[in-house]
Amino acid sequence: MIHCRINNIDVVAEEGTTILEAARKFNINIPTLCHYPDLHINSDCRICVVEIDGWRGLKTSCSTPIKDGMVIKTNSPKVLNARKTITELILSNHDANCTACVRNMSCELQGLAKLLGIDENRFENVLERRPLDLLNPSLARNPNRCIKCGRCVDVCASVQGMHVLERMGRGHNMDIAPAFFQPLDDTFCTFCGQCANVCPVGAITERDNTDQVWTKLHDPTKHVLVQIAPAVRVSIGEEVGYKKGLISNGKLVSAMKHLGFNHVYDTNFTADLTIMEEGTELIHRIQTGGVLPLMTSCCPGWINMAEQEYPEVLPHISSCKSPQQMFGALAKTYYADKIGMDPDDIFVVSVMPCTAKKYEATREEFKADGRNSDVDVVITTRELGKMFRQMGIDFDKIEEQDFDNPFGITTGAAALFGATGGVTEAALRTVYEIVNNKPLEDIVFKDVRGLKGIKEATVELGGQPIKVAVSHSLANARELMEDVVAGTSPYTFIEIMACPGGCIGGGGQPYGTDNKMREERIESTYIVDGNMVYRKSHDNPSIQALYKEYLEKPNSHLAHELLHTTYAARNL
Amino acid sequence: MDLQTILSKYPPQPQYLIEMLIDVDDATEQHYVSEDELRTIAAYVGVRDSQVYSVMSFYTMLSTTPRGKYVIQVCKDVPCYLNDDFNVLKTIQDELAIGIGDTTPDQLFSLELTACIGCCDEAPAMRVNHETYTNLSDEKVRSILESYRSGLL
Repeated sequence: MIHCRINNIDVVAEEGTTILEAARKFNINIPTLCHYPDLHINSDCRICVVEIDGWRGLKTSCSTPIKDGMVIKTNSPKVLNARKTITELILSNHDANCTACVRNMSCELQGLAKLLGIDENRFENVLERRPLDLLNPSLARNPNRCIKCGRCVDVCASVQGMHVLERMGRGHNMDIAPAFFQPLDDTFCTFCGQCANVCPVGAITERDNTDQVWTKLHDPTKHVLVQIAPAVRVSIGEEVGYKKGLISNGKLVSAMKHLGFNHVYDTNFTADLTIMEEGTELIHRIQTGGVLPLMTSCCPGWINMAEQEYPEVLPHISSCKSPQQMFGALAKTYYADKIGMDPDDIFVVSVMPCTAKKYEATREEFKADGRNSDVDVVITTRELGKMFRQMGIDFDKIEEQDFDNPFGITTGAAALFGATGGVTEAALRTVYEIVNNKPLEDIVFKDVRGLKGIKEATVELGGQPIKVAVSHSLANARELMEDVVAGTSPYTFIEIMACPGGCIGGGGQPYGTDNKMREERIESTYIVDGNMVYRKSHDNPSIQALYKEYLEKPNSHLAHELLHTTYAARNL
Repeated sequence: MDLQTILSKYPPQPQYLIEMLIDVDDATEQHYVSEDELRTIAAYVGVRDSQVYSVMSFYTMLSTTPRGKYVIQVCKDVPCYLNDDFNVLKTIQDELAIGIGDTTPDQLFSLELTACIGCCDEAPAMRVNHETYTNLSDEKVRSILESYRSGLL
């Protein structure tokens, strides 16, 4: 153990502990800006500097390990002055129009300026304005707000293995941008939005679509439906400052009704439907010698990556549309028929933990009625939080209401879709019982749970052991793809989610998601599963009724027409 | 020398990236690496276009846009500044009638700034392609430009 003194407090910590970590352990707060849990330490911003007795100059506490006998001051006049000057310099090259920024009151730079008592800036603003990138439906980039902390570069490179964003130029002319300063639309970007989630300021954000939703909510000629994804209910509490963890479905439905949605439905319903369709597809491929491993298709970030970078694996990907798109397709056909309404008058909003879903909804092929987009607008968890705040929803007081039908009864299996391994677990619960024709004794598949990058499990199907793999984050997906491309993959089924932790760690989730928050949201997901009456998709009585009444059977002709899609290589 | 010949001189590894880029830049009178060349080089060494672009944009000796036959780079760092590099710059701008970052209409000269080129003891300094010139005065700058113009250098 190492002994040192920080601000006259005796601090003991293990060798290799940084000054920042040691200080935090003893409740000494050193402000940071570029530092982010689970990402690399790059010491770019210099905000966390401290003074060490006998050392020349100030040192960054995030990257300096403690040494025996060190005497450290984290708040000496020299330190405070340096921090303040650095922050003022950053602000002098920043579009600090705070009230007209999506990060107002959640901005880390604004918070730092407040913390350091910067009431006015000694330096003149020298920002040279650069053009915004608003050319894709998912993400907005505003380089005028960028403070070059490098978090987005790190998450894009090391977590996602993409390297879309890099540091360009040098010194005070350095910019963070894609190659050739291209818009994201012209790059390999999958629109996963992890960059937006870690950005400390408003430089990368989702494209805000809340105005479009409000307009339709106030249009009496429109029948406005909303579907809400499984991962949103375990994180929206954080976003609205109600409480961490789960918000009950009842309160969530009620709050959505207050916003003015005619009907509030659950994407979990079409997650159950996905299991029926994808499970049947898997069984069919196993029994007929089809292309294996079968890979999941729920994640639009992954689909973007596969179409752009791995065209050879496209035949492996399930032809199932994602639950979001299955819902949209049913809403504009089956549901429109059922309520006797013209699909032109039905407006479908999705609430997703995801920025890539915004792109997915705009894909040309997703027009089941032949003319309207199946999903009209996608908003993220953060945008839903914004709408709740605009409406002044008080979650403490709000009453409970059930999801509307016919897309309201769902299972625990569907709820699992939000967490990495969830689609696999849900699929196994159903496929096991159908193939083996006997009830599953233990419905919990522990091997596919948790934050390990690539997880494996083996299951007996029809007397054969089959191997499944689960990966989350695109860097891990790449690792699995090597074997698939080479034709040596040992797996029968592979689940791929673009974001670390799965959808609960999606790019549209509350800002500043770290592994601790991911674990909490995953825990909430399993609570939702445990509380459900039905735990397996094929037990869902509404799903059974939908097949009986309309779709006939999984993978039927009509099911293929409405619920399945195709993929195509995209050259850049 | 064409791109493939240059690449074949180096193993396909990212640590040779800068040497390759300099060779490509030198191989043309326009002193630049085109977008297609950049993409080919990135694929050859197994990194992303963005990473190559990042490297190229960091070093002033490399360019992704066409430049003149002679690329003049005036040092903008402190010792040169203290020795009146702005006079050097002004002389060149007057002589060539172009601004910083521009190329003369006859495609002969481009004018750029550069970070330190290691001649602080003989500041102010500038570089023309790979040649370094130091202790610059107005007359010296004019005569250097004239030598290039007349094809003596």
